[in-house]
Amino acid sequence: MEHEFPGFWRDAWRRFSSNRPALFALWTLAAIAAMAIFGPLFSSYSYYDIHLEWHDTPPGPKFWFGSDELGRDLFTRIWWGARISLFIGIAAAVIDMIFGVIWGSVAALAGGRLDETMMRVCDILYAIPYLLVVILLTVIRGSGIATILIAMTCTGWINMARIVRGQILQIKEYDYVVAARLNGASNARILMRHLIPNAIGPIIAAVTLTVPTAIFTEAFLSFLGLGVQAPAASWGVMVNDGLSAMRYYPWRLLFPSAMLTLTMLSFNLLGNTLRDALDPRLRR
Amino acid sequence: MTLLQVDNLRVSFSLYGKEFQAVRGISFEVNSGEAVGIVGESGCGKSAAVQSILRLLPASKIEGKIRFEGVDLLEKSEREMGDIRGLKIGMVFQDPMASLNPTMTIGAQVAEGLIFHGIASKREAKELALQLLREVEIQRPEERLNQYPHELSGGMRQRVLIAIALAAKPRLLIADEPTTALDVTVQAQILDVLKKRSAATGLLLITHDLTVVAEMCERVLVFYAGKIVEQGLVSQILSQPRHPYTQMLLRSIPHLDRPRTERLQTIAGTPPNLLAPPQGCSFAKRCPYAMPICKKEPPFIGSAACWRELPLFMNDEPV
Amino acid sequence: MIQFLFNKSLILLLSLWVVVTGTFFLMHAIPGDPFIGDRVIPEEVMRSLYAYYGLDQPLWLQYIKYLKGLFHGDLGISMVYHGRSVGHFIGEAFPISALLGLSALCVAIPSGIFLGTIAAMKRNRWHDTAAMIISTIGISDPNFVLASFLQYVFCMKLHVFPVARLESLAHGVLPTFALAALPTAFIARLTRSNMVEVLQQDYIRTALAKGLPLFRIALHHGLRNAILPVITYLGPVATQILTGSFMIERIFAIPGLGQWMIHSIHGRDYPMILGLTVFFSTGLMIAMFLVDIAYSLLDPRIRIQKKREAHGT
Repeated sequence: MEHEFPGFWRDAWRRFSSNRPALFALWTLAAIAAMAIFGPLFSSYSYYDIHLEWHDTPPGPKFWFGSDELGRDLFTRIWWGARISLFIGIAAAVIDMIFGVIWGSVAALAGGRLDETMMRVCDILYAIPYLLVVILLTVIRGSGIATILIAMTCTGWINMARIVRGQILQIKEYDYVVAARLNGASNARILMRHLIPNAIGPIIAAVTLTVPTAIFTEAFLSFLGLGVQAPAASWGVMVNDGLSAMRYYPWRLLFPSAMLTLTMLSFNLLGNTLRDALDPRLRR
Repeated sequence: MTLLQVDNLRVSFSLYGKEFQAVRGISFEVNSGEAVGIVGESGCGKSAAVQSILRLLPASKIEGKIRFEGVDLLEKSEREMGDIRGLKIGMVFQDPMASLNPTMTIGAQVAEGLIFHGIASKREAKELALQLLREVEIQRPEERLNQYPHELSGGMRQRVLIAIALAAKPRLLIADEPTTALDVTVQAQILDVLKKRSAATGLLLITHDLTVVAEMCERVLVFYAGKIVEQGLVSQILSQPRHPYTQMLLRSIPHLDRPRTERLQTIAGTPPNLLAPPQGCSFAKRCPYAMPICKKEPPFIGSAACWRELPLFMNDEPV
Repeated sequence: MIQFLFNKSLILLLSLWVVVTGTFFLMHAIPGDPFIGDRVIPEEVMRSLYAYYGLDQPLWLQYIKYLKGLFHGDLGISMVYHGRSVGHFIGEAFPISALLGLSALCVAIPSGIFLGTIAAMKRNRWHDTAAMIISTIGISDPNFVLASFLQYVFCMKLHVFPVARLESLAHGVLPTFALAALPTAFIARLTRSNMVEVLQQDYIRTALAKGLPLFRIALHHGLRNAILPVITYLGPVATQILTGSFMIERIFAIPGLGQWMIHSIHGRDYPMILGLTVFFSTGLMIAMFLVDIAYSLLDPRIRIQKKREAHGT
């Protein structure tokens, strides 16, 4: 049949952009990222400036988002928190991706016993509850961004490894790959030109969806008192502080919670729509 | 008696944001007890047409009339269709493995329709299911009742599906390429089972194999690019095809009584893009007899599907 | 079948061992002394404390002793609440947490399946979009945000429910609901995507051609096939409920196991942390193991395959 099928990427973009919540998510994230970079510049305060006489002020002309119990400006702290939370989230997702892709593709391409062993290791590690590991490591090593990242990526890469391996195994058997191999293409070339471009869809989606998990984990750690240390502010820390003051100074809880929820929601919407848009089986 | 009367049926889908016209205005009839075949290449619209009769394509736009026993099915609500499907019209599909629920026993699946339509109580249904399995010539049906689909062979599964379709003794049986996924030897058995249906039950049989049509059907509809290009008695069409497409189709089948060294003729080219159907006759690009008018105007629907049939053009010249 | 069970059990034991050993060595890798903290303790007291906790022995001996203790269910003794064993705290607090967790499960599973099924059946219509947005919010919204919001609105402002503790049925409503939010959303999404895939299968078309109404088809044919994969996700759901309980219990001041975990983390009560972690991990891993087994029992394809293997067919 002489049907003119639109290219894979263009069709994926069409499917993605026709989904309004996903577009909204994309813009929201862009806005948050922009504010994370430029927000603190707008304010005359820094995130650690203490103004005890102005503690717990509601949002107004002096403090746009209000102030906390030490009189620090919430507006600045929110955007500093954005930097930290976003950084941790994205860094964790990227690290997971790197380890996962390496482990998964090696296992898938090697096949046989090596593959089996590698996946057994994954099975054993996967059974270990992720958050408990994170808690343990943070307790031992003390808090700090490095510790948090190490703790989170310790077992987070397993999911990615499985996805990558599954994708590669599937594509490896496709006729066009077999044809390429029969034509004499080397393993590396097959990997670069056939396997990775086709496996990339689910990988991108998985990375996007790891970010909110990482952000949530950091918030959870802060909730337990294990997060970033004062005076640095991540959203999780600010929520933790705000919880105790909820009754009388609700804005201290409202702003960081709203930012957390909005960011996680946007990443989730983005990731889900990406996954559907990049799925070749759903091409309609 | 006219069982099914289809009038100017059009079916289209939304594909890649554009409209894909699968069926572009077809009309035909099926009478009781009659077996009508539908032949055509992949993608010519035969499955879409036939599934529209039972309204099994929710994502499609359907226009025209489909009259079953005098009543237009397209006007009926979903609930009313539930009384037609399975009860008055039964359908068998192409891939027997995928068409059976892997987590339900055969017996349960056969009995389900019977119980739902109120033909049998739960207790009676089991006996009835056994009987149905025997009718489609399944050996040791008592064993099969409690087995799961993946424990049966392809031929047996297809028989089960036929049993399900015929369970409520429908007036019309539609079979969409029932033998395509099966071996040739099994194919003959399935066709036999189809022949055993009751005398009053009409059969609408889709296949891409003309030999099946020759064996099973009294009339045949030849589909191409969403339209019927020729229809009539099997005996007549097979011996004196009028439309160029049918002629070329017949020439592409090996015959026992032709010399072995004679080359099979293929039809060059590919079917047209139904996202943007051609203005004139859809076969014009591949037709060896194409005339200038063929590319500009579509031939009439009705008796003449090809410009050449009209007296005006009999000798390739406009009068 | 036996082979399958054996494999799974092996993985379970190995994982448990990794956790236990890892936790043990992590604990002992802490720089500094667990006792010192900010206090100044006289030499002899230190020495007797060390002897009491067995910290004066070589590491590998402590490890053996620890493992032996585990086999007897002895999880250690708290350092903060001197003399009381970890098991003691678990005994007190676990039933409360378990109650909360189970009620959350009983809410989450049916709601999630129901939401997911409706979304799949009315795919791409408003029901679907609405259900999916709600569930995405459920997944994105950290438990504590929802919980504190609920507490603020219903307890402090509207005075409908009591604020804290778990003393009556009314006390339990908000915590259960808050805890169930994430699992519900999770199960709903999963059910939806499974159902959508199942509903596109050919056997659904066969059922439709039999004349069955769509709702019944979704229930009988669809759910049976879509539910199976959801069962395997009950493992992660258990984890979600566990970690969620930490936060819910803190916000609603419920004296469950989660609270103790938080306390021991704050107080750096290492034996408690160690013991609780082992307890939680074991529980979760056993839960996942049981779920795996259940799945293979329920899927007739696997079941019959295993039977065939057993009979040598």
